[in-house]
Amino acid sequence: MNAHDLAQQLIYGLSVGATYALIALGYTMVYGTLRLINFAHGDVYMVGAVTGFYVAGWVSQWSIPIWLMLIVVLICSASACAVLGYGIERFAYRPLRSRPRLVLLITAIGVSLLLENAFQLPQLFGATPRHYPQQMTSELLLPVGFLGLTRLDVLSLSLSIILVGMLTWIVLRTRMGLALRAVSFRFDTATLMGINTDRVISFTFVFGSALAAVAGVLNAIRYQVDPLMGIMWGLKAFIAAVLGGIGSVSGALLGGLVLGIVETLLRGYFLPARYSGYSDGAAFVILILILLFKPSGLLGKTTIEKV
Amino acid sequence: MTEINARPSSRILPAWAGNLGILLVIAAMWPLNKVIQDQINPYVVQILTLIGINIVMATSLNLINGITGQFSLGHAGFAAVGAYTTGVVINYLAAHDSLAGHEWIAMSLLLPLGGLIAAAMGLLVGIPTLRLKGDYLAVATLGFGEIIRIVITNTNAIGPFEVRGSQGLRVPVLADLFWVYLWVAVCVAGIWRLVHSTMGKAFLAVREDEIAATAMGVNTTFFKVLAFAIGAFFAGVAGGLQATAFILIDPKGFGFIQSVLFVVMVVLGGSGSITGVVLAAVVLTWLPEQLRSLKSLHVEDLRMVIFSLLLIGMMLVRPEGLLGRRELWWTRRKMATAQIPRSTDTAPPISSTGP
Repeated sequence: MNAHDLAQQLIYGLSVGATYALIALGYTMVYGTLRLINFAHGDVYMVGAVTGFYVAGWVSQWSIPIWLMLIVVLICSASACAVLGYGIERFAYRPLRSRPRLVLLITAIGVSLLLENAFQLPQLFGATPRHYPQQMTSELLLPVGFLGLTRLDVLSLSLSIILVGMLTWIVLRTRMGLALRAVSFRFDTATLMGINTDRVISFTFVFGSALAAVAGVLNAIRYQVDPLMGIMWGLKAFIAAVLGGIGSVSGALLGGLVLGIVETLLRGYFLPARYSGYSDGAAFVILILILLFKPSGLLGKTTIEKV
Repeated sequence: MTEINARPSSRILPAWAGNLGILLVIAAMWPLNKVIQDQINPYVVQILTLIGINIVMATSLNLINGITGQFSLGHAGFAAVGAYTTGVVINYLAAHDSLAGHEWIAMSLLLPLGGLIAAAMGLLVGIPTLRLKGDYLAVATLGFGEIIRIVITNTNAIGPFEVRGSQGLRVPVLADLFWVYLWVAVCVAGIWRLVHSTMGKAFLAVREDEIAATAMGVNTTFFKVLAFAIGAFFAGVAGGLQATAFILIDPKGFGFIQSVLFVVMVVLGGSGSITGVVLAAVVLTWLPEQLRSLKSLHVEDLRMVIFSLLLIGMMLVRPEGLLGRRELWWTRRKMATAQIPRSTDTAPPISSTGP
């Protein structure tokens, strides 16, 4: 192993971490407003990948350039997931909002199970993993001639930075962002101040789901589409959100990147190939360490629970 | 210590009669087992075995989630520890020709051994994580469950013991219905007795209001960790049963989805209701098998979809579960008298239950 390999693994880790960050943003925004771990978020990411799969199959028959194809795929799957995210919040979570949080958590697990199993039905997708159409993947996985990076790595890294930048701008500079910050600061007080909390919560679900869909499409091109792909990625993205400090947008980005780099370096650089399977556990070890020593995360604020 | 919080109407039978009843039930299983093994077809026996194992899993998770009010999402991980401990040691014994003729001794020692190792794991997990609350605790336990699964998947051998990682481990079939239902009886009766003892009040106090419980002198951490360890013990035993009742154990069978399934059983049965959870474990194991036979309707694929819809629907309509906190034979009135503290009583609070 030499410096070149290390640099390559680092950049690959960044690109993986960027995808974690995209998913983690959805977790962090929902947790910020509702104090709910949206277990179904990982499966929204899966639905994004599946929608992208169908749209790509349809689009790849047109003779248009690859970047246009990708844009169509991304927009279609992001909007589909936005609708799905809105629907999940509106019909599964909103009626339960006044109930104990554990009820909400179990409902989220239920929604997650529902999506996973519904998409294993042959009518919707089927249980066997599939790949995106050849003409799309082959072009996107071409190397760019720098440290063995593929176009997809560059794309996912830059796309995540753009999207996170956009989200930061929304949170800091728009009225919706102001409302969002108010709601996550003090839910009840925000309601009293005339903020339409339902709209803010819907916004977090819509935007978070769209981001997850983008991550889903990018990952599905890199690996494959699988109705259970959301479990592991969802969990790890959640860990990234906790690591960065749940509720914090920049924390989600930082946590995602750190997690991506740690995992990639462990798998490809530090652990010998025989033990590289253990690197899957790294995220969970990080989770437990962070929960024990700094539950507020790297960038989160410490809150004191009052009686 | 007598009569603290006694509910005058709650005791139908004296304690010795209850103990005798449990002993009789266990004793009756032996001849019954022979009859069943001979008369009923192996498929039904297999379902009965699975039902028994799931009852142990769900009841022990109920102690953690329902009765003590914590939220564990890693119960299958403890089952994996028990299953692999028992399975690996049995394989070791079989390879050294010391199993034949000693199956009885092996089973009666190795199942509790698996349970004890799982309980030790439960302590290891519980002591640091139980400081966390609610959803954070859920995620931490989930993390531990996944770590256990990942470690097993990637381990081929520990010293002289073969684990065989992702290929799955073949274990000789030693457990029959007798062993399974022996442990069902021990687990259900044991947890029932625990919950209805003076000590059980402390578990319930932790669930109802941790701060108030602390103020009353209940050592909440101790009881949370205790619940976790006891739950993990029975999960480990259930894992051991699974290892010895079926031919193959596989780390994939102890994943996150499996843990969720046990949570579903507890939630649908009614968190805190022991009979409700047993009922849910029976129905939720038996029902999918029945749906399986309706192949022509494609219900087989739909069964998990139906499960999850059931779970969401239950949360929307009746979040306390089928039975809520009642037991099967409790009436509403009894529930009311059991729950509302009688203020005029001079009974002291539960302070004396701390360690």
